[in-house]
Amino acid sequence: MILKAFEKGADGVMVVGCLEGDCHYLSGNLRARARVGRVADVLDTIGMGGERVAMYNLSAGEGNKFALFATEMVDKIRSLGPSPVNVARKSRKQAPAQEEK
Amino acid sequence: MIMGEQKPLEVILGMLAPYDKIVLAGCHGCVTVCRAGGAKEVEILASSLRLAREAEGRPLEIKEVTLERQCDPEYLEPMRPYLEDYQAVLSIACGAGIQFVAEKYTSTVVLPGLDTTFIGVTEKQGLWVERCQACGDCVLHLTGGICPVARCSKSLFNGPCGGTTTDGRCEVDKEIPCGWMMIIERLRSLNQLENYRKNLPMKSWKTSRDGGPRRIAREDLME
Ligand code: SF4
Ligand code: SF4
Repeated sequence: MILKAFEKGADGVMVVGCLEGDCHYLSGNLRARARVGRVADVLDTIGMGGERVAMYNLSAGEGNKFALFATEMVDKIRSLGPSPVNVARKSRKQAPAQEEK
Repeated sequence: MIMGEQKPLEVILGMLAPYDKIVLAGCHGCVTVCRAGGAKEVEILASSLRLAREAEGRPLEIKEVTLERQCDPEYLEPMRPYLEDYQAVLSIACGAGIQFVAEKYTSTVVLPGLDTTFIGVTEKQGLWVERCQACGDCVLHLTGGICPVARCSKSLFNGPCGGTTTDGRCEVDKEIPCGWMMIIERLRSLNQLENYRKNLPMKSWKTSRDGGPRRIAREDLME
Protein backbone atom coordinates (compact mmCIF):
# COMPACT_ATOMS: atom_id res chain seq x y z
CA MET A 1 0.00 0.00 0.00
CA ILE A 2 2.84 2.36 0.88
CA LEU A 3 4.61 1.45 -2.36
CA LYS A 4 1.37 2.12 -4.28
CA ALA A 5 1.40 5.65 -2.89
CA PHE A 6 4.87 6.13 -4.35
CA GLU A 7 3.68 4.72 -7.65
CA LYS A 8 0.85 7.23 -7.66
CA GLY A 9 3.46 9.97 -7.38
CA ALA A 10 4.03 10.57 -3.68
CA ASP A 11 7.47 11.97 -2.83
CA GLY A 12 7.20 10.79 0.74
CA VAL A 13 4.86 8.74 2.91
CA MET A 14 4.19 9.24 6.59
CA VAL A 15 2.66 6.32 8.46
CA VAL A 16 0.97 7.17 11.74
CA GLY A 17 0.13 4.53 14.32
CA CYS A 18 -1.10 4.50 17.88
CA LEU A 19 1.34 4.72 20.77
CA GLU A 20 3.55 1.70 21.30
CA GLY A 21 2.07 -0.45 24.05
CA ASP A 22 -1.32 1.11 23.42
CA CYS A 23 -2.40 -0.78 20.33
CA HIS A 24 -5.99 -2.03 20.31
CA TYR A 25 -4.70 -5.02 18.34
CA LEU A 26 -1.84 -5.57 20.81
CA SER A 27 1.11 -5.47 18.45
CA GLY A 28 -0.31 -4.10 15.20
CA ASN A 29 1.67 -0.90 15.45
CA LEU A 30 4.92 -2.75 16.15
CA ARG A 31 4.44 -4.88 13.08
CA ALA A 32 3.55 -1.78 11.11
CA ARG A 33 6.89 -0.29 12.17
CA ALA A 34 8.73 -3.41 11.01
CA ARG A 35 6.92 -3.27 7.67
CA VAL A 36 7.71 0.38 7.21
CA GLY A 37 11.32 -0.70 7.75
CA ARG A 38 10.99 -3.22 4.94
CA VAL A 39 9.53 -0.62 2.61
CA ALA A 40 12.45 1.67 3.49
CA ASP A 41 14.84 -1.15 2.53
CA VAL A 42 13.09 -1.57 -0.81
CA LEU A 43 13.24 2.17 -1.46
CA ASP A 44 16.95 2.15 -0.63
CA THR A 45 17.62 -0.77 -2.97
CA ILE A 46 15.87 0.84 -5.90
CA GLY A 47 17.56 4.18 -5.35
CA MET A 48 14.49 6.13 -4.14
CA GLY A 49 15.90 6.60 -0.62
CA GLY A 50 14.51 4.93 2.49
CA GLU A 51 14.14 8.32 4.22
CA ARG A 52 11.07 8.96 2.12
CA VAL A 53 8.96 6.79 4.38
CA ALA A 54 8.65 7.26 8.15
CA MET A 55 6.52 5.92 10.96
CA TYR A 56 5.21 8.06 13.80
CA ASN A 57 3.26 7.02 16.88
CA LEU A 58 0.59 9.23 18.40
CA SER A 59 -2.42 8.97 20.64
CA ALA A 60 -5.77 10.30 19.45
CA GLY A 61 -5.58 13.43 21.58
CA GLU A 62 -2.26 14.73 20.35
CA GLY A 63 -3.33 17.07 17.56
CA ASN A 64 -0.49 19.51 17.96
CA LYS A 65 2.08 16.75 18.04
CA PHE A 66 0.60 15.44 14.81
CA ALA A 67 0.99 18.87 13.25
CA LEU A 68 4.57 18.95 14.43
CA PHE A 69 5.39 15.56 12.98
CA ALA A 70 3.69 16.41 9.72
CA THR A 71 5.69 19.64 9.36
CA GLU A 72 8.87 17.76 10.18
CA MET A 73 8.11 15.17 7.51
CA VAL A 74 7.15 17.76 4.90
CA ASP A 75 10.38 19.67 5.57
CA LYS A 76 12.40 16.49 5.23
CA ILE A 77 10.78 15.51 1.93
CA ARG A 78 11.12 19.09 0.61
CA SER A 79 14.82 18.96 1.30
CA LEU A 80 15.06 15.59 -0.49
CA GLY A 81 13.22 16.99 -3.48
CA PRO A 82 10.93 15.06 -5.84
CA SER A 83 11.37 11.28 -5.96
CA PRO A 84 13.54 9.86 -8.76
CA VAL A 85 10.38 8.36 -10.23
CA ASN A 86 8.71 11.73 -10.45
CA VAL A 87 11.85 13.25 -11.92
CA ALA A 88 11.96 10.53 -14.56
CA ARG A 89 8.25 10.88 -15.31
CA LYS A 90 8.54 14.61 -15.68
CA SER A 91 11.42 14.31 -18.06
CA ARG A 92 9.43 11.87 -20.16
CA LYS A 93 6.49 14.26 -19.90
CA GLN A 94 4.03 11.44 -19.47
CA ALA A 95 2.46 11.16 -16.11
CA PRO A 96 0.23 8.14 -15.53
CA ALA A 97 1.42 5.35 -13.29
CA GLN A 98 0.88 1.82 -14.54
CA GLU A 99 -1.98 0.30 -12.71
CA GLU A 100 -2.48 -3.02 -14.30
CA LYS A 101 -3.79 -5.89 -12.27
CA MET B 1 5.06 -26.87 3.22
CA ILE B 2 7.68 -26.00 0.64
CA MET B 3 9.55 -22.92 1.74
CA GLY B 4 10.98 -20.20 -0.39
CA GLU B 5 12.53 -16.78 -0.11
CA GLN B 6 12.36 -13.97 -2.61
CA LYS B 7 15.59 -13.34 -4.46
CA PRO B 8 17.22 -9.98 -3.75
CA LEU B 9 15.51 -7.19 -5.67
CA GLU B 10 18.71 -6.23 -7.48
CA VAL B 11 19.10 -9.81 -8.75
CA ILE B 12 15.54 -9.83 -10.07
CA LEU B 13 16.03 -6.43 -11.68
CA GLY B 14 19.16 -7.83 -13.37
CA MET B 15 17.22 -10.77 -14.82
CA LEU B 16 14.51 -8.43 -16.07
CA ALA B 17 16.90 -5.97 -17.70
CA PRO B 18 16.24 -7.18 -21.27
CA TYR B 19 12.45 -6.99 -20.93
CA ASP B 20 9.82 -4.29 -20.68
CA LYS B 21 6.60 -6.29 -20.61
CA ILE B 22 6.29 -9.23 -18.25
CA VAL B 23 3.86 -11.42 -16.33
CA LEU B 24 4.53 -11.71 -12.60
CA ALA B 25 3.00 -14.98 -11.42
CA GLY B 26 2.42 -15.89 -7.79
CA CYS B 27 0.99 -19.10 -6.34
CA HIS B 28 -1.79 -19.58 -3.78
CA GLY B 29 -0.12 -22.76 -2.46
CA CYS B 30 2.82 -23.23 -0.11
CA VAL B 31 4.55 -19.96 -0.96
CA THR B 32 1.46 -18.00 0.05
CA VAL B 33 1.59 -19.57 3.50
CA CYS B 34 5.29 -18.80 3.93
CA ARG B 35 4.66 -15.27 2.71
CA ALA B 36 7.08 -15.39 -0.16
CA GLY B 37 5.06 -15.81 -3.34
CA GLY B 38 1.34 -15.19 -2.80
CA ALA B 39 -0.96 -12.47 -4.10
CA LYS B 40 0.29 -9.95 -1.57
CA GLU B 41 3.92 -10.57 -2.47
CA VAL B 42 3.04 -10.25 -6.15
CA GLU B 43 1.59 -6.83 -5.45
CA ILE B 44 4.58 -5.63 -3.41
CA LEU B 45 7.16 -7.00 -5.83
CA ALA B 46 5.34 -5.54 -8.83
CA SER B 47 5.24 -2.08 -7.22
CA SER B 48 8.92 -2.28 -6.28
CA LEU B 49 9.95 -3.35 -9.79
CA ARG B 50 7.83 -0.69 -11.48
CA LEU B 51 9.21 2.05 -9.24
CA ALA B 52 12.79 0.91 -9.79
CA ARG B 53 12.39 0.81 -13.54
CA GLU B 54 10.55 4.11 -13.71
CA ALA B 55 13.32 5.77 -11.75
CA GLU B 56 15.74 4.37 -14.33
CA GLY B 57 13.58 5.90 -17.04
CA ARG B 58 12.75 2.50 -18.52
CA PRO B 59 9.22 1.63 -17.33
CA LEU B 60 8.28 -2.01 -16.94
CA GLU B 61 4.77 -3.17 -17.72
CA ILE B 62 3.66 -5.94 -15.40
CA LYS B 63 0.61 -8.16 -15.52
CA GLU B 64 0.02 -9.42 -11.99
CA VAL B 65 -1.52 -12.87 -11.54
CA THR B 66 -1.66 -15.40 -8.74
CA LEU B 67 -2.55 -18.93 -9.77
CA GLU B 68 -4.25 -21.50 -7.59
CA ARG B 69 -1.16 -23.70 -7.89
CA GLN B 70 1.68 -23.69 -10.38
CA CYS B 71 2.41 -27.40 -9.90
CA ASP B 72 -0.86 -28.64 -11.42
CA PRO B 73 -1.45 -28.42 -15.16
CA GLU B 74 -5.07 -27.27 -15.04
CA TYR B 75 -4.22 -24.20 -13.00
CA LEU B 76 -1.62 -23.10 -15.51
CA GLU B 77 -4.09 -22.97 -18.39
CA PRO B 78 -5.61 -19.56 -17.52
CA MET B 79 -2.34 -17.89 -18.54
CA ARG B 80 -2.45 -19.21 -22.09
CA PRO B 81 -4.71 -16.55 -23.68
CA TYR B 82 -2.49 -13.59 -22.82
CA LEU B 83 0.99 -15.03 -22.46
CA GLU B 84 1.88 -14.26 -26.08
CA ASP B 85 1.56 -10.55 -25.41
CA TYR B 86 4.40 -10.64 -22.88
CA GLN B 87 8.14 -11.20 -23.23
CA ALA B 88 8.72 -13.24 -20.08
CA VAL B 89 7.15 -14.71 -16.97
CA LEU B 90 8.69 -14.00 -13.57
CA SER B 91 7.36 -16.73 -11.28
CA ILE B 92 7.51 -16.59 -7.51
CA ALA B 93 6.25 -20.12 -6.90
CA CYS B 94 8.65 -22.85 -5.73
CA GLY B 95 11.12 -24.36 -8.17
CA ALA B 96 8.63 -27.06 -9.13
CA GLY B 97 6.02 -24.48 -10.04
CA ILE B 98 8.46 -22.34 -11.98
CA GLN B 99 9.63 -25.34 -14.01
CA PHE B 100 6.10 -26.43 -14.74
CA VAL B 101 5.29 -23.02 -16.19
CA ALA B 102 8.35 -23.32 -18.44
CA GLU B 103 7.35 -26.85 -19.41
CA LYS B 104 3.79 -25.94 -20.34
CA TYR B 105 4.74 -22.79 -22.24
CA THR B 106 7.71 -23.92 -24.26
CA SER B 107 8.32 -20.71 -26.18
CA THR B 108 8.10 -18.41 -23.16
CA VAL B 109 11.08 -17.19 -21.15
CA VAL B 110 10.47 -18.13 -17.50
CA LEU B 111 12.50 -16.54 -14.71
CA PRO B 112 12.75 -17.49 -11.01
CA GLY B 113 11.91 -14.73 -8.54
CA LEU B 114 12.22 -17.07 -5.58
CA ASP B 115 14.88 -19.31 -4.10
CA THR B 116 13.27 -22.56 -2.98
CA THR B 117 14.81 -23.56 0.30
CA PHE B 118 13.28 -26.47 2.22
CA ILE B 119 10.27 -28.43 3.52
CA GLY B 120 9.39 -26.98 6.87
CA VAL B 121 6.92 -25.68 9.40
CA THR B 122 5.87 -22.32 10.83
CA GLU B 123 7.41 -22.47 14.32
CA LYS B 124 5.89 -19.12 15.11
CA GLN B 125 4.73 -16.18 13.06
CA GLY B 126 7.61 -15.11 10.86
CA LEU B 127 9.85 -18.08 11.71
CA TRP B 128 10.02 -21.18 9.50
CA VAL B 129 12.29 -24.13 10.15
CA GLU B 130 13.21 -27.23 8.16
CA ARG B 131 11.70 -30.55 9.22
CA CYS B 132 11.96 -33.09 6.40
CA GLN B 133 14.35 -33.78 3.55
CA ALA B 134 12.05 -36.14 1.66
CA CYS B 135 14.35 -39.15 2.06
CA GLY B 136 11.62 -41.46 0.79
CA ASP B 137 11.77 -43.95 3.68
CA CYS B 138 10.44 -42.38 6.83
CA VAL B 139 11.80 -43.54 10.20
CA LEU B 140 9.85 -41.21 12.47
CA HIS B 141 8.22 -44.20 14.22
CA LEU B 142 11.64 -45.21 15.54
CA THR B 143 12.85 -41.78 16.54
CA GLY B 144 10.03 -40.36 18.60
CA GLY B 145 8.65 -38.34 15.72
CA ILE B 146 11.84 -36.32 15.28
CA CYS B 147 13.68 -36.65 11.98
CA PRO B 148 17.34 -37.65 12.18
CA VAL B 149 17.91 -36.73 8.53
CA ALA B 150 16.67 -33.17 8.69
CA ARG B 151 17.22 -32.28 12.33
CA CYS B 152 20.60 -33.79 13.02
CA SER B 153 23.01 -31.48 11.20
CA LYS B 154 25.01 -34.52 10.10
CA SER B 155 21.98 -36.71 9.33
CA LEU B 156 23.33 -39.40 11.67
CA PHE B 157 21.23 -42.50 12.15
CA ASN B 158 22.83 -43.57 15.39
CA GLY B 159 23.62 -40.33 17.11
CA PRO B 160 24.51 -38.19 18.79
CA CYS B 161 28.01 -37.45 17.61
CA GLY B 162 30.47 -36.27 20.24
CA GLY B 163 29.77 -32.61 19.63
CA THR B 164 26.58 -31.95 21.56
CA THR B 165 27.07 -29.09 24.01
CA THR B 166 26.15 -29.57 27.66
CA ASP B 167 22.99 -27.54 27.12
CA GLY B 168 21.88 -29.78 24.26
CA ARG B 169 22.92 -27.65 21.29
CA CYS B 170 24.49 -28.77 18.04
CA GLU B 171 28.20 -28.13 17.56
CA VAL B 172 27.52 -26.92 14.02
CA ASP B 173 25.60 -23.90 15.30
CA LYS B 174 24.52 -23.02 18.83
CA GLU B 175 21.18 -21.86 17.45
CA ILE B 176 20.33 -25.43 16.46
CA PRO B 177 19.08 -27.84 19.11
CA CYS B 178 20.87 -31.20 18.83
CA GLY B 179 18.51 -33.47 16.89
CA TRP B 180 19.66 -36.58 18.69
CA MET B 181 19.36 -34.97 22.08
CA MET B 182 15.74 -34.21 21.19
CA ILE B 183 15.15 -37.75 19.94
CA ILE B 184 16.49 -39.29 23.16
CA GLU B 185 14.52 -36.92 25.40
CA ARG B 186 11.40 -37.64 23.48
CA LEU B 187 11.88 -41.41 23.52
CA ARG B 188 12.48 -41.21 27.24
CA SER B 189 9.25 -39.31 27.82
CA LEU B 190 7.37 -41.82 25.64
CA ASN B 191 8.92 -44.74 27.53
CA GLN B 192 10.42 -45.95 24.27
CA LEU B 193 14.09 -45.79 25.12
CA GLU B 194 14.42 -49.38 23.91
CA ASN B 195 14.17 -47.90 20.41
CA TYR B 196 17.33 -45.94 21.10
CA ARG B 197 19.16 -49.05 22.30
CA LYS B 198 18.57 -50.75 18.96
CA ASN B 199 21.05 -49.80 16.30
CA LEU B 200 19.26 -48.35 13.35
CA PRO B 201 20.32 -50.21 10.21
CA MET B 202 22.49 -48.35 7.76
CA LYS B 203 20.29 -45.93 5.86
CA SER B 204 19.61 -46.86 2.28
CA TRP B 205 19.54 -43.69 0.22
CA LYS B 206 18.02 -45.57 -2.73
CA THR B 207 14.70 -43.92 -2.02
CA SER B 208 16.31 -40.51 -1.82
CA ARG B 209 18.09 -38.60 -4.60
CA ASP B 210 19.82 -41.73 -5.86
CA GLY B 211 18.81 -42.73 -9.38
CA GLY B 212 17.58 -39.42 -10.76
CA PRO B 213 14.22 -37.66 -10.50
CA ARG B 214 11.79 -39.66 -8.40
CA ARG B 215 8.29 -40.46 -9.51
CA ILE B 216 5.09 -41.85 -8.11
CA ALA B 217 2.80 -43.55 -10.60
CA ARG B 218 -0.68 -44.47 -9.39
CA GLU B 219 -2.43 -46.66 -11.94
CA ASP B 220 -5.69 -46.37 -10.03
CA LEU B 221 -5.71 -42.62 -10.60
CA MET B 222 -4.47 -42.45 -14.14
CA GLU B 223 -6.72 -42.00 -17.11
S1 SF4 C 1 3.74 -24.53 -7.13
FE1 SF4 C 1 5.04 -24.98 -5.40
S2 SF4 C 1 4.45 -23.42 -3.95
FE2 SF4 C 1 2.79 -23.55 -5.40
S3 SF4 C 1 1.39 -25.06 -4.49
FE3 SF4 C 1 2.73 -26.12 -5.88
S4 SF4 C 1 4.32 -26.92 -4.54
FE4 SF4 C 1 3.32 -25.31 -3.42
S1 SF4 D 1 12.93 -39.72 7.91
FE1 SF4 D 1 12.91 -39.05 5.78
S2 SF4 D 1 10.74 -38.83 5.21
FE2 SF4 D 1 10.83 -38.98 7.47
S3 SF4 D 1 10.87 -36.83 8.13
FE3 SF4 D 1 13.02 -37.49 7.94
S4 SF4 D 1 13.63 -36.93 5.84
FE4 SF4 D 1 11.40 -36.82 5.95
